[in-house]
Amino acid sequence: MSLIQFFNVTKQYPPNITALDDVSVKIDKGEFVFLVGPSGAGKTTFIRLLFREEVPNRGQIIIGGRSISRLKRKEVPLLRRNIGIVFQDFRLLPDRTVFENVAFALRVVETHPREIKPRVEKALAQVGLSNRARMFPHQLSGGEQQRAAIARAIVNNPGILVADEPTGNLDPATSGDIMKLLEEINRLGTTVIMATHAWDIVNSMRKRVIALQHGRLVRDDREGGYGYEA
Amino acid sequence: MKLRTAGYFFRQAALSLWRNVWMSLAAAASVAISMFLLGAFLLLVFNVNHIANNLQSNVEIAAFLQVDVPRQVSLHIQDQVRALPGVTEVTLVPKEEGLQQLSQQFGSEQDLLAATGGVNPLPDYLRVRVADPQSIQSVAEAIKAIPGVEKVNYGQEVVERLFAVVRWLRWLGVGIIAMLGLGALSLIVLTIRLAVYSRRREINIMKYVGATDWFIRWPFFLEGLWLGLFGSGVAALAVYLGYRLVLNMVGPAAVFVPLIRDQGLLLWSTLGLVAGGSLVGALGSLFSIRRFLKV
Repeated sequence: MSLIQFFNVTKQYPPNITALDDVSVKIDKGEFVFLVGPSGAGKTTFIRLLFREEVPNRGQIIIGGRSISRLKRKEVPLLRRNIGIVFQDFRLLPDRTVFENVAFALRVVETHPREIKPRVEKALAQVGLSNRARMFPHQLSGGEQQRAAIARAIVNNPGILVADEPTGNLDPATSGDIMKLLEEINRLGTTVIMATHAWDIVNSMRKRVIALQHGRLVRDDREGGYGYEA
Repeated sequence: MKLRTAGYFFRQAALSLWRNVWMSLAAAASVAISMFLLGAFLLLVFNVNHIANNLQSNVEIAAFLQVDVPRQVSLHIQDQVRALPGVTEVTLVPKEEGLQQLSQQFGSEQDLLAATGGVNPLPDYLRVRVADPQSIQSVAEAIKAIPGVEKVNYGQEVVERLFAVVRWLRWLGVGIIAMLGLGALSLIVLTIRLAVYSRRREINIMKYVGATDWFIRWPFFLEGLWLGLFGSGVAALAVYLGYRLVLNMVGPAAVFVPLIRDQGLLLWSTLGLVAGGSLVGALGSLFSIRRFLKV
């Protein structure tokens, strides 16, 4: 069974904006998926639905065999602990060191204090920031900040990593490094879903591409490139 | 909740109070003022009520019988009155005794009796005490309905005016306290909202990495609770000491102004103030964070 399944998912916002229109898609464990489409195509809504920030008006979303629309309010945090997220704007806490930013994700889910240090160090090593642990976000380059954010997203060992335009604020060379990192994380078994505008990245990776336009699924290629021609 | 998590909540709440220290002080002071006025008002209402009851329990009903009623019938009426529910004591004052009392007030018995042509003009009358001051009016009416009773008197007007004051005070108090309470509540809501707002990025990330709602809520909840607790604690202390001061000042005059000297009442009202203030604080913080948790 697929890890993530969307069955005829429709999401509307008042007054009558249809952000997602009858979208059905399956994503297997261990996949690397690009979510592409112009602004307003529904990428962000797709991600918000994955996180259960929103529930669909129609259709079903199943993650790990559970319908997430039927989750109780108390169960939502548990779903989110299995999904790491990375944003375009990094969203690091400016008054804390890199180490504390990553550790924060463990502390707020009540991880035992003894486990925190080794796990943070492991995550920082994985993203190549071991020597930046004591620095504050403003002392880091954009690429390093995004690495810190990725470390925070994976420190809880989530099964799924969602990246919403992770290279949107970065130059091409730095973007390439971030993509290598995401690929590496994917190779270790984490399912990666990345929403992006960057056609050059999509074209160079030859991964699965799910294209949205006006809220509809217009293309789903196993080894796709960008572009809207079918 | 794990113990070390509780420690984390306490640290976060204390930190947050300290970050907005002036706002925190303003909110606590607002709670203190509202709760102090509430306490003062409660004690005022209690005391006026107490005084009114006191006065009324000293009030007797004087039931004057018809002048020509024979002594035998007077005694019979006395029995009837004694049988009324709520009546504790009935004394028959014969007309001879009444005349004697009257002439003591005026001076000479002879003169008075002579002036009325040797006939005692006074009726027999009954002095009636009731158990419950509130029932005095109904008892009075029941007595009046007995055949042979001419007229019934009691300190109706004074007592009723006092009870009117009590009723009026109660409503005024409810109004003032509701407004002050609302003021304190909104200041607490504002303080917590400021604290929440300054930590909105943190809260946002907490939601994304899977912190539970209560994990996010607890520090703010504690912050509001402490503001309420601190403010009302100050108010309770002020009310307690203030009331003691008033009692001391009234001191020897207490015979005329029978204030409540029950320590239990004072203790319960101050405890009530603290509980009320804490409740306002806790509710205020829950109310302010509700919107931010909707992710």
